[in-house]
Amino acid sequence: MKGFAFGQYYPARSVLHRMDPRAKVICAVAYIVASFLCKNTFSFLLLLVSAFALILISRIPMKVVLRSIKALIFIMAFTAVLNIFWIVDTSEGAAPLVDFWVIKIYAKGLYHAAFILVRILAMVIGTGLFLTYTTTPIALTDALESLLRPLAKIKVPVHAFAMMMTIALRFIPTIMEETEKIMSAQKARGADFTTGSLAKRAKALIPIIVPLFASAFRRADELATAMECRCYHGGEGRTKLRVLKYHGRDAFALIFVALFIGGIVAINIFGRKYGWLYTM
Amino acid sequence: MENTPFIHVQNLSYSYVGEDDKPIPVLKNLSLDIREGEYVVILGHNGSGKSTFAKLLNLVVDDYTFAEGTITVDGVEVMSPDLTDEEVLNLRKNVGMVFQNPDNQLVATVVEEDVAFGPENLGIPQSELRARVDEALATVGMTDYAHHEPHRLSGGQKQRVAIAGIIAMKPRCMIFDESTAMLDPVGRREVLETIEKLNREEGITVISITHYMDEAARADRVIVLSDGQLVLDGTPGEVFTHSDTLRAVGLDLPQCTAVSQHLITKNLPVHGEINTPEQCAEAILNAWKRM
Repeated sequence: MKGFAFGQYYPARSVLHRMDPRAKVICAVAYIVASFLCKNTFSFLLLLVSAFALILISRIPMKVVLRSIKALIFIMAFTAVLNIFWIVDTSEGAAPLVDFWVIKIYAKGLYHAAFILVRILAMVIGTGLFLTYTTTPIALTDALESLLRPLAKIKVPVHAFAMMMTIALRFIPTIMEETEKIMSAQKARGADFTTGSLAKRAKALIPIIVPLFASAFRRADELATAMECRCYHGGEGRTKLRVLKYHGRDAFALIFVALFIGGIVAINIFGRKYGWLYTM
Repeated sequence: MENTPFIHVQNLSYSYVGEDDKPIPVLKNLSLDIREGEYVVILGHNGSGKSTFAKLLNLVVDDYTFAEGTITVDGVEVMSPDLTDEEVLNLRKNVGMVFQNPDNQLVATVVEEDVAFGPENLGIPQSELRARVDEALATVGMTDYAHHEPHRLSGGQKQRVAIAGIIAMKPRCMIFDESTAMLDPVGRREVLETIEKLNREEGITVISITHYMDEAARADRVIVLSDGQLVLDGTPGEVFTHSDTLRAVGLDLPQCTAVSQHLITKNLPVHGEINTPEQCAEAILNAWKRM
C-alpha cells in the first residue's frame, strides 16, 4: 500500500507538467469544445493530429495513454457500430454500399462512425493529458478552487468543497491501509472473502464495512477537533503557502488553443462553402 | 505581571451530558496555576479527566452546560460567554494542541502544506508563511521530508510534522494529549526529545498529558489527577515519594524510582533524586563504592 499512487498522475518533465493547473483546466475544456465543433473530414484530421501531438509534448509513453483508451473500447465500438447501421444518407444519388435484408450501410455512416471514434479518442487523450496524467490531484483541487472562486459571490461554498477534496485525497491511503488491516484481522478470525456465491461474498464484506465506517466517523471527529485547534474557521481571511502563478507558457498554450478552435471553425466554414468531404 | 501565572484555573468543575440530561462529572473543583516556561506533566489513569482538562484549555469541548469555575489564559477568561471569535482564535494560536493519533490531525497531502495549515488560517502573509514553515520543519528535524506525503512517514515522523504544524503558529504554550501513546519506542523518543527541545530552547510552556511514568520523570513538575481531582502536585522527586498514593490512583512508579526505593528499604545507601535510569545507575554505583 505504500506504493499507492493517486489517480493516473504520471511524473515526467514536460511543458504540460509545468503548466499552471488553471490554464490546463481551461485548455481541457476548450479542447472538448473544439472536438465538438469539428464538422468535416479535414477538421477531424486536424483533431486527430493534435491529439497525437499532445502525447508527444507530454512525454508520456504511448502505451500508458493507450491503457486509458482500452478502458473505453467497448463504448467506442458500440457508438461506431450504431452509427454504421443507423445513418441513412437521404441526399440525392446516394446509394447504400451494402444493401442486405434490413441492413443498409452508406458511406456517410462509415464516415460518421470514424468521426465519432476520433472525437471520443481526442476527448479522452485531451482531458487525460491536460488533467489527470500531468496534474496532481491536489494541484487540480487548487485550480478548481481558484477558477470557481467567482461563484463564492453567489454563496456557493467553493472553499468548503476544495477542503473536502483535499481531506478526501489525504485520507484515501490511510483508509485503504485500514481496510487491509481489518481484512487481515477478519481473515485471522476465519472470514472467507473469496469463495461462495456472490450474495455470500457480499455478506462477508459486512464485518469489514462496519468497523471501517465506525473508525472513519471517529477519525472525522478527531480531525475536526484538530482543525479547530489549528484555528480553522473557513476560507475567510485565509492565506496560502502555495500560490498559483501564470507564466508565459500558460499564455502561449491558451493562445494556441484559441487559434486551434479558430482553425477548426474556419475549416468548417470553408468546408460548407466548397462542399468538402462529408460534413456531419 | 511577573507573578501572574500564564494559565490560572480556579474551582473548575465539568460534567458531560449523559442520558436524560444527567451530568456525568469529569472534573471536580480543580484549581491550579501554570507559569510561563514550565514543563508540566499531567498524570492520571483512564477517566481521570486529564484529556477533558486539556480540551477545556483550548475551547474544543462540545457542550458547556455543566462547566463551572474559571480558566484564565494569559489574562483572558476562556469560558466567558462574551469571548469574541478573534479572542478564541488568539487563544488557540497561543495554546497549541497535539493529539494522540498523528493520522487524524494532518490535513494536507504534502508535509509542508500541512505545516502551513495553521498559519494559513491565521492569515499570515505568504512571504512570512514560507519562513515559518521552513523554521518549524527545521525545529522538529523534518526539513528533508518537506515534499513527502504524510501517509508514507513513520508514526514518530508524522507526530513531529503535527508538532511542526503547531510551532508554525508560534504558540506560547503547547499541550500534548497523549501524543506518544500510539508510537513505537523509537517514535516516542523522537517526539519526547522534540518536546524537551521546544521547552528548553524555544521557551515554550509544555503541558504533557500521559500515563507513562518515565515521561513524567523528565518534567519540571508533575500533577496527578484522579477522578477529576488534583491528588499530587510537585517536582517528579516529590511526587514519586508518595508511592502509596500513586498506587491508589492506579499509577506505578517509574521502574528506576521503584528499584531505588526498594533498595532503601533494604538499608542500601542509595541517595539523591532518582527518576531516570542514568540517575539510578549512578546512585547504585556510588552506593557500591561506599560499601
